[in-house]
Amino acid sequence: MSYIIDRRLNDKRKSTVNRQRFLRRYRSHIREAVNDAVNRRSIQDMEQGERISIPQKDLSEPIFHHGPGGQRSIVHPGNKEFNQGDRFKRPEGGGGQGSGEGDASDQGEGQDEFAFEIDKQEFLNFLFEDLELPNLVKRHLEGAQVFKTRHGGIVSQGMPAKINIVRSMRQASMRRRALTAATRRRIRDMKEERETLLQQDQSPQRQARLQELDELIARLERRVERIPYLDTVDLRFNHHIKEPVPVSRAVMFCIMDVSGSMNQDMKDLAKRFFLLLYLFLERNYDQIEVVFIRHHTSAKEVTEEEFFYSRETGGTIVSSALKLTRDIINERYPVDQWNIYAAQASDGDNWNDDSPACAKMIEEELLPKMQYFSYVEVMPRAHQALWDHYETIMARHPGAFSIAQIDEPGEIYPVFRQLFKKRMEEA
Amino acid sequence: MTYLSEGSDWNFELLADYDKAIADIAHNKYGLDTYPNQIEVISSEQMMDAYSSVGMPVGYNHWSFGKQFVEVEGRYRRGQMGLAYEIVINSDPCIAYLMEENSITMQALVIAHACYGHNSFFKGNYLFKTWTDASSIIDYLVFARNYIADCEQRHGVTAVEETLDSCHALMNYGVDRYKRPSPISAVEERKRQREREDILQKQVSELWRTFPQLQPAARTREAATRFPAEPQENLLYFLEKNAPLLQPWQREIIRIVRKMAQYFYPQRQTKVMNEGWACLWHYTLLNDLYDAGKVTDGFMLEFLQNHSQVVYQPPFSAPFYSGMNPYALGFNMFQDIRRICENPDDEDREWFPEMAGSDWLQTVKFAMESFKDESFIQQFLSPRLIRHFKFFQIMDDDRNDYVEVSAIHNETGYKKVRDALAEQYNLSIQEPNIQIVSANLHGDRALTLRHQRSDGRPLDEHSATEVLRHLHRLWKFDVHLESVENGTVTESYSMPPVTEPITVM
Repeated sequence: MSYIIDRRLNDKRKSTVNRQRFLRRYRSHIREAVNDAVNRRSIQDMEQGERISIPQKDLSEPIFHHGPGGQRSIVHPGNKEFNQGDRFKRPEGGGGQGSGEGDASDQGEGQDEFAFEIDKQEFLNFLFEDLELPNLVKRHLEGAQVFKTRHGGIVSQGMPAKINIVRSMRQASMRRRALTAATRRRIRDMKEERETLLQQDQSPQRQARLQELDELIARLERRVERIPYLDTVDLRFNHHIKEPVPVSRAVMFCIMDVSGSMNQDMKDLAKRFFLLLYLFLERNYDQIEVVFIRHHTSAKEVTEEEFFYSRETGGTIVSSALKLTRDIINERYPVDQWNIYAAQASDGDNWNDDSPACAKMIEEELLPKMQYFSYVEVMPRAHQALWDHYETIMARHPGAFSIAQIDEPGEIYPVFRQLFKKRMEEA
Repeated sequence: MTYLSEGSDWNFELLADYDKAIADIAHNKYGLDTYPNQIEVISSEQMMDAYSSVGMPVGYNHWSFGKQFVEVEGRYRRGQMGLAYEIVINSDPCIAYLMEENSITMQALVIAHACYGHNSFFKGNYLFKTWTDASSIIDYLVFARNYIADCEQRHGVTAVEETLDSCHALMNYGVDRYKRPSPISAVEERKRQREREDILQKQVSELWRTFPQLQPAARTREAATRFPAEPQENLLYFLEKNAPLLQPWQREIIRIVRKMAQYFYPQRQTKVMNEGWACLWHYTLLNDLYDAGKVTDGFMLEFLQNHSQVVYQPPFSAPFYSGMNPYALGFNMFQDIRRICENPDDEDREWFPEMAGSDWLQTVKFAMESFKDESFIQQFLSPRLIRHFKFFQIMDDDRNDYVEVSAIHNETGYKKVRDALAEQYNLSIQEPNIQIVSANLHGDRALTLRHQRSDGRPLDEHSATEVLRHLHRLWKFDVHLESVENGTVTESYSMPPVTEPITVM
C-alpha cells in the first residue's frame, strides 16, 4: 500500500528559523566580516551578499571521542603491495586518518574555516544593524503609485474566477427553500390526506380522490424539481478593493566640493560615504531620489557620472551649493511630501567670508525643511572656518545636524555608524 | 511485452505504476514485509531542509541544524556535492522523499531502495523492533517541537539553546544500551510529561535535602554509601533524574534529546546492513522488472551506472578515499550470501557449512533480522569478499615509531581482518567508554565520571574539556572525569579546572 504525495508546493524555507539562529549565534563573527567587506569592496558591488568564514573551532559541537595515541587497528580496502609484517613510517597526520567510522568530523579537530554565504539582505541587515535614521518618517499618499488589494466583502457581480462557492451555494439553498416552501407544504398536506384515506375503508369516491391526490402530488413534485438547483442570481463573488498605499519617499542631496583642492582620492572617500547613506536610506524608504550638486565658486546640478568623475578648478564658495539645494527643494520637493536628507563632503576649504553665510543658510533655511544634514570633511589636516561654524550648529541641533572627519577609507564606515547610531537618549 | 514507460520524464501516474510493479515483486515474489509507504515528491530546496534536520520530518529549532543547512546549501550551490537521491524515515507509514529533479529511472531506483529495501529493514531488524516505535515517532517529534517552542516562549531562546547545546554534547551518552523502553503514545506522553514535572522536582529535592533534623534518614545513611549504586552509562538519563538544580522544563528537554538519541541509535549501529539490504533489493527488484520486460534497455543502463557509482569502494590510496563505503560493503556481503547459498564452492562449504546450499531468501532475511553491523560482519564476511576488497589491517601503536601491516587477505589473515573490521563497527569500542561512578551527596556535590581506557587510547583533550563544560552546565557543581587504565588514573579533567590533582574516591 503506497500513497504518493506532491509536497513540492509546501514551504521550502523550513530551515529559515534554524539558519537565523545560526546567524544570531555567530553575529559577532559575521559583523566583523561585514565591516571588513565594506572597507574592501569597490563601490559598485556594495549591494551584494558576502562570504563569511568562521574558524571551525569556534563552532564545534564537542563530543567525547578518542584522541591520537594508543593501539588501534584499522582495516583498509585496496591492498596492492603490502604483505603481513610489513612496517613503515607512520604517515603524517597519524591517527587523524579516522578509524573507518564514517564521521570524519568526530576525529581530529580540523582548523579549517567554516564558510557560508549571507545574501544581500542579510548583508545589509548586519551592515546597518543598530543604526537608525534620525527624525520622523513622513508618509505621503501619492496617486497611481502603489496599490494593495484588500478583501472587500461579497458582491453579486464578478468574474467566474472569484466565485465564492460557499456563499453561492448558501444563496441557492435559501432561494430553493423560499420558492418551494408553499408547494412543499401543499405536498405535505396532500400526502397526509392520502395516508388518512388509505387508512380508511376504500370507496369509489375515496378511490377517485386518491387518484386525484396522486396526480396532484406528482405535478407539484415536478414543479419543485423544476426549480433550478443553482441559478445565476445565486452567484456570489469575492470582492477585492484596490487601495493606494502610502509610500514613504526620500530625497537625498549629495553635495560635493569639486574645487581644485579636492583630488580623486578625496572624491572616492566622499563617494563611499554617499553610497553608504544611499543604501541606508533605501532600506528605510520605499522610494529614493538622489540629487547631485557639485560646486566650486558656483553650484550646478549634475548627473552621477559627472558628479564623481569630472574635474574643475577654482575657488570654493559653499553657500552657492546650499542656495541651489534650497531652490531645488522649493521647486521640486514639497516639504510635506518628502523626507529630505543632505550629505555634504568637502575638504573644508571655503572663502572665509562665506562660512558664516553658510551656517546661517543651513540653520535658517535648510534644517527646518530637512530630516538630517551631515557633513564630512575628507581632509587630514587642521580644520578651517567652515568646520567651526558647523560645530556651533551641531551644538544647537544635535538631532538633525552632524559633522565628522574622514582621513582614510577604513574610517568611513565607523564614522558613518557614529553619525547614525541609535540614539539611546532620544528613544 | 509493454514497457511501463519510455523516456526519462516522470509523472505521478508513472510513479504509481512503477510503485505497483515493484511492490508486486517485492511482496508476492520475495515476501518482503513492509510498512505502508508514503512517497513524497519534494524539490531540491526541500531536500536540503530535510538533510539539515538529520532526516527528521519535524524537528525542533536549533542553530546546529542551521549550520548544517548553510553548509549543505553552500556546497550544493557551488556544485561540490549532489544531494542524496532519497531520504527515508523509520516511521509507520514509512515516509520516503523523492526529488523532483530526478529521472523516472532514479525515482524507480529510489522507490525500490527506500520504500521496499529500507522499509522492510526498519520493520524486520531486531534493533529497530526493540528500540524504536515507528508508529509513534512522528507524534513524538511534533510533541518535542512544540514543547521546545513553548519553552523558548517561557524561558527565552538563549536559555533553551544553552540547555540543548549541552544535551547535544552528551547525546551519544543518552542511550540505554541494554534496557528496552516501552513505547507509549503521544497523548500519554504529554500527560505523563505534566506529571513528571511535578513529581521529578519533588524527588530531586528529597535526594538533596541536607538538613539532618528534617530528614532523620540522613543520619543513618552511611557517608561511604556510593551513589549511584552502580556506574551509570546513560549520562543524560542520570542527569535528568538526579541533577540537583535543573528546572523541570530542562529535565524534559534532556529527555527529548535522550529519546532522539535512542531513536537514532539503531541506525548508527546498522549503517552497513541497512544500506546493503536496500541496495540488494533495488538491484534485485529492478533486474526482475527488466527480466519481465517492463523497462527499457536505456532505463537499465542508467540504473546500472548509478548503482555502480553507489556501491563503488575506492581503494585506500585513492585521493578521495574516506573510509569504508557502507553501501559497497553491505551490498557485496548480501550478494555474497546469496551466492554462497546458490553456488557454493569448497571454500564456502568449509567456512559456512550451514549456509552453503540453503535457501538464499531465508538466509538473507535471517541475516537482516537478527544482526547489527558488528555481528553481521563477524558472521558473514567471507574470504572471497576479503580478497575482493583486498582488505588489510594496519596496527598503529604509539609505542612504536612505525605502523605495521598485521594482516592481509590471505589464509592466515582472513579471520584477523574479519575480527578487526567487525570491531570497527562496534560502537562501544569506537566511542570512549565513559560512565558516572559517583555523585557526592553529602559533601561538595561533585560528580565523578570514569573513562575506562582500552588499548591505551586516550580521550581527545580539547573536546573532553569542552564536553565537561557542558556537563557542568547541567550538573551545576564540580564535575571530574578520570581516565583509568588497569586500575590507575592516567589522566583527569575537572570542571571548573583544579590545580592540584584530585583524589580518587
